[in-house]
Amino acid sequence: MNSTKTGSVVVIGGGISGMLSALDLANSGFYVYLVEKGPSIGGVMAQLDKTFPTNDCAM
Amino acid sequence: MPLKYVINPDVCLKLQKDKCGTCADVCPANAIDYTQTEETITLNAGSIVFSPGFKPFDPSRFDNYQYANYPNVVTSMEFERLLSASGPTHGHVMTMPKLPMKPKKKADKALAEKRKDPKKIAWFQCVGSRDMNKCDNAYCSSVCCMYAVKEAIIAKEHDPELEPYIFFMDMRTPGKEFEKYYQNAKEKHGINFVRARVHSVTEDRDTHDLNIRYADEMGQIVDDSFDMVVLSVGLEIPQETRDMAEKLGIDITDHGFCKTDSFEPVTSSRDGVYVSGVFNNPKDIPESVLDASAAASAAGDFLADVRGTMTKAEEKIEETNVIGDPPKIGVFVCDCGSNIAGVVDCPSLTEYAKELPYVEFATETLYACAQDTQDKMVETIKEKGLNRIVVAACTPKTHEPLFQESMVNAGLNKYLFEMTNIRNHNSWVHKNNPEIATEKAKDLVRMAVAKAALAQPLAEEKINVNDTVMVVGGGLAGLTAAKSLATQGYDTHIVEKKDVLGGEALKLYKTAQGEDVGEKMAALVADIEANEKITVHTNTTLEGVEGFVGNFKSKLVSGGNETELEHGVAVLATGAKCSEPTEYCFGDDDRIIKTLDLDKMLKEQDAKLDSVKTAVFIQCVGSREPNRPYCSRVCCTHSIDNAIELKKRNPETDVFILYRDIRTYGERELLYKEARELGVIFIRYEVDRKPEVKVEKDAVKITLIDHVLNQPVEIEADLLTLAAAIEPRKDERLANFFKVPLNDEGFFVEKHAKLGPAEFATDGVFVAGSGHYPKPVNEAATQGRAAASRALTLLAKKDSLFTSGTIATVDQEKCSQCGVCVSICPYNAPGFAADGRFAGTAEINPVLCKGCGLCVASCRSGALHLRGFDTNQIFSQIFALGEVV
Repeated sequence: MNSTKTGSVVVIGGGISGMLSALDLANSGFYVYLVEKGPSIGGVMAQLDKTFPTNDCAM
Repeated sequence: MPLKYVINPDVCLKLQKDKCGTCADVCPANAIDYTQTEETITLNAGSIVFSPGFKPFDPSRFDNYQYANYPNVVTSMEFERLLSASGPTHGHVMTMPKLPMKPKKKADKALAEKRKDPKKIAWFQCVGSRDMNKCDNAYCSSVCCMYAVKEAIIAKEHDPELEPYIFFMDMRTPGKEFEKYYQNAKEKHGINFVRARVHSVTEDRDTHDLNIRYADEMGQIVDDSFDMVVLSVGLEIPQETRDMAEKLGIDITDHGFCKTDSFEPVTSSRDGVYVSGVFNNPKDIPESVLDASAAASAAGDFLADVRGTMTKAEEKIEETNVIGDPPKIGVFVCDCGSNIAGVVDCPSLTEYAKELPYVEFATETLYACAQDTQDKMVETIKEKGLNRIVVAACTPKTHEPLFQESMVNAGLNKYLFEMTNIRNHNSWVHKNNPEIATEKAKDLVRMAVAKAALAQPLAEEKINVNDTVMVVGGGLAGLTAAKSLATQGYDTHIVEKKDVLGGEALKLYKTAQGEDVGEKMAALVADIEANEKITVHTNTTLEGVEGFVGNFKSKLVSGGNETELEHGVAVLATGAKCSEPTEYCFGDDDRIIKTLDLDKMLKEQDAKLDSVKTAVFIQCVGSREPNRPYCSRVCCTHSIDNAIELKKRNPETDVFILYRDIRTYGERELLYKEARELGVIFIRYEVDRKPEVKVEKDAVKITLIDHVLNQPVEIEADLLTLAAAIEPRKDERLANFFKVPLNDEGFFVEKHAKLGPAEFATDGVFVAGSGHYPKPVNEAATQGRAAASRALTLLAKKDSLFTSGTIATVDQEKCSQCGVCVSICPYNAPGFAADGRFAGTAEINPVLCKGCGLCVASCRSGALHLRGFDTNQIFSQIFALGEVV
C-alpha cells in the first residue's frame, strides 16, 4: 500500500441523501464520519407526512 | 431522528440565566447535561461527500401573498406538518394553523375562535421558483408540482367535501408514474387545476377568508374566495451553504447549485469532493437517493486502493449450545419513558411475568433500548444463565435487531429471542383504559413466553458470493456502472447485443449543459476498452440465466457460439428506444423528422439546415396519451436545446415550439428562458385540439389554435421536428431470467419507488438507465453509478452474507410430492430434490426463501415448517391466550 490516501470519508449533511451515501460507503468498506449541524439526522424528508406514490409514512 | 429531545440553547433559562433547571430534575434517565459546549474536532478523511440539502423558500417578502400577515396563508412545508399525525394538529387540517393550538394572548384567542375545517383550499405553484421579478430564482424547483398534487389528494382524503384548487403555470410531472398520479388527481380525486399565476391575495377582516384575483386562460379577471392558501415554496440554497462551498473550494452556479459534468454528475470541481441531493440541482427523493449511492461510488472509486483499510472487524463471540437445556427465560419489560408506563402498570406486569412457566428472571426497565440497559441485559444473561429472552416493548420492526445483537454479545443464538409489542398494540391504542391495557399486556407477555419456551437456535447459511459482475447493456448507464465496479477491483463483463458500445447516447448531439456527447462517449468507451478488469462481449445476447444472488450462471451467445458466465451480481442497463410517430404525417415527407434525426443533422453539420427559414417542433408526440400514459421526461429540454442551436446558427430562422406543458425541471429552466430571449416562439396546444399538419409542395403547413389569441394560426415550416416518445424495450424474456417485474408500460419496476431506485427486489440484481424510465445523460450516469454502489455493498459482504434463519424447511419423509409449494412460492424457493434418498420430494433453497410461510400453509401433508414460527410455537401462543390465569 504505497498510497497516501485515507480509507475514510466525511459525509456532510444528515438528510436522506447524506444518510444513504454514508450507509453505502460504510457497507462497501470505508470508515465514515456523518456530520450534521442539527441535533438529529433525517433532514426534510423526516418532516414530510406521506410520500408518493404509496403514501408510505416518510419516517 | 432519533426521536429524542434536545435543548434549544438560545431560549433555555438554565443556559441563558442559570435559572429553572427543571428538566434535569424531572428526567428519570439523568440525560440532561448543561455543561456540554461546542468543541472543534479534526477529522482525517480520504474524500468528502457534500450533501447539505436546501432551505424551503421563505415567502415572507412577497407582499402580494401576505404570508407574513394573514393567518390562513401557509407554506407547503407547514401544510405537510398539518397533514401529519405527528404534527401540531395531529393530522386534523384546520384554518389558522400558525396560531398556537392553545393561544394565551387575547388577540390570538379571538382569532382561534374563528377556526374551522377548510372547505376550499388553493395551492399556488412556483412560489420562489421560475421567478425573476420578485426573487432571483429563475430555476424550477422540480418537486413542487408533485408535492402539491399529493397534498391536495391527502387533504381531500381527510375531508371528502374539500375543494382543492391548484394554480399552476406548467404542470411538471415528468417522473416515473407521476403523470398517471396527476391524471388520477384530476379524474378520480376531483382536484381542480387552474392554469394561472395568482396576482394577489386579500383578506376578509371578519372571517379571515382569503380573496384571490387572477387572470384566467382567456385573459378574464376572476375573483374567488378560499378558506386557506398554500404556497408551494421552492427549494433554495442558503447563503451558509454557498459559504461552505467556497470553503471547500468547489464551483457553484449563479443559483448556488453545484457545477458538475453530465457524465460525472456527482463529482465537484475539486478532486475528492463529491456532491449529492438538492445541492446538486433541485430534485426529489428517488433522485436524491440515486445521488447518494452515486456519490458513494464516486468517493469509493477515488479511494479504491485504500478500501477496507480503516474498517473494523467485529469481534466474534462463541455461541453457547443450549440444545437440550430446559428453558430459562428472562423477561424485560420496557416503560418506554411514560409511553408504556403511563398507561400500563409495568411493575405489576413484571411481577406477573416472574410467575410464568420457565421464567427465571423478569425486570422492568425505563428504556429497554438504552445502551446501559443493553449492557445490563448481556450481564444478566451470563450471570443467570438465561437461554431465552422476551422483551415486552415496542415494535420488532425497528428494535428486534438491536436486542438480537445484545443476545449475540452474550453468546446466545439470536433466534432465542421473542419480542412483544405492548406499546403500539397496547398502550398507545388503549390509553383511556389503563386497567384493560395492563391485562392485555399480561396476555401478550404470557403468549410471548409460551412461544419463547419452544424457541430453538437457528442456523444461518453462508452464501458464497462469486465476485464477478455482469452488466447487460453497453449504453451510458451500463458503461458507467461497469467502470466504477472495475475501478474498485471487480471483474466486470459487459454484454452488448450490438457491435459497438455506447447505445442510444451515440445518437445525441449535445447535453443540456452543452457537452459534446460524441466526444465524451468516445472517451468513456476508450476507458472501458483499456480497463483490464472489464471484458466486453459485443454482438452477444443473453440466452438464459440460472441461480441466485452470489451464484448466477448466464448463457451468452455470440455468432452461434455459446459460453457460460458465472457471476455474483447483475446490472440490467438495457435502455429504451425512440418510438415511431404515427401522426403529424410522419413518413410522408423528408422535412418531417424526429428529434434524433435533427441531432444527426446538427452533428454532421448538414447543409440542409442552412436553408431552413421556419422550424417547428411538436412536443409530446406519443407521450402522455392513453396508450403511453407517461411523460418521456427528456423531450422538452431536448427540443429547446435544438431550437436554441438553430437560432444560434441563424438568428433569422423562425422557430416555434408547440407544447402541452414545458417541463424543463431544475436549472434546465434556464434553457427555456434563453430560448424565449432568443425569440423562439412557444405555442401551447390542448391534447384534444392537436396541431394539424399538411404536406404541401413549398412547405409543411401546421395549423393550431393559439392559446393566447384563441384563434387558429397557420405556420408554413420547412422543417418539422417531432419529439417522439421514448419507449421501453419491454424485454419480458430478460425480466423472466432474473425474476424482475415490468410495469404496465414495460419499464423495469425497481425495489422501492423512493428508497430502492437502482435495485430490484430480487437480491443481487440492479437496474440503471432508461430501461427503468426515460432519462437524460446526467441521470443515466447517476443511476449507473448508483447501481454500481448498491452492487458494491453486496460484493463487499463476500464473507459475511448469510441467509435468514427463519425460513421454511421440509420434513421429507412426510412430503407427498404434490408440488403445491413449488407452484405457490413467489420466490421460486421450493424445488424437487434431484437425487438421494428423498429424490422427488420438495426441498427449499435457503437463499431464495424469504420466510413468508405461504408454502407452509399450503402443505397438506404437514411436511413444511417455518423455522422460528413452527406450528407448535404458534399453537402454544394461541393456547396461552386462551388460558385464564
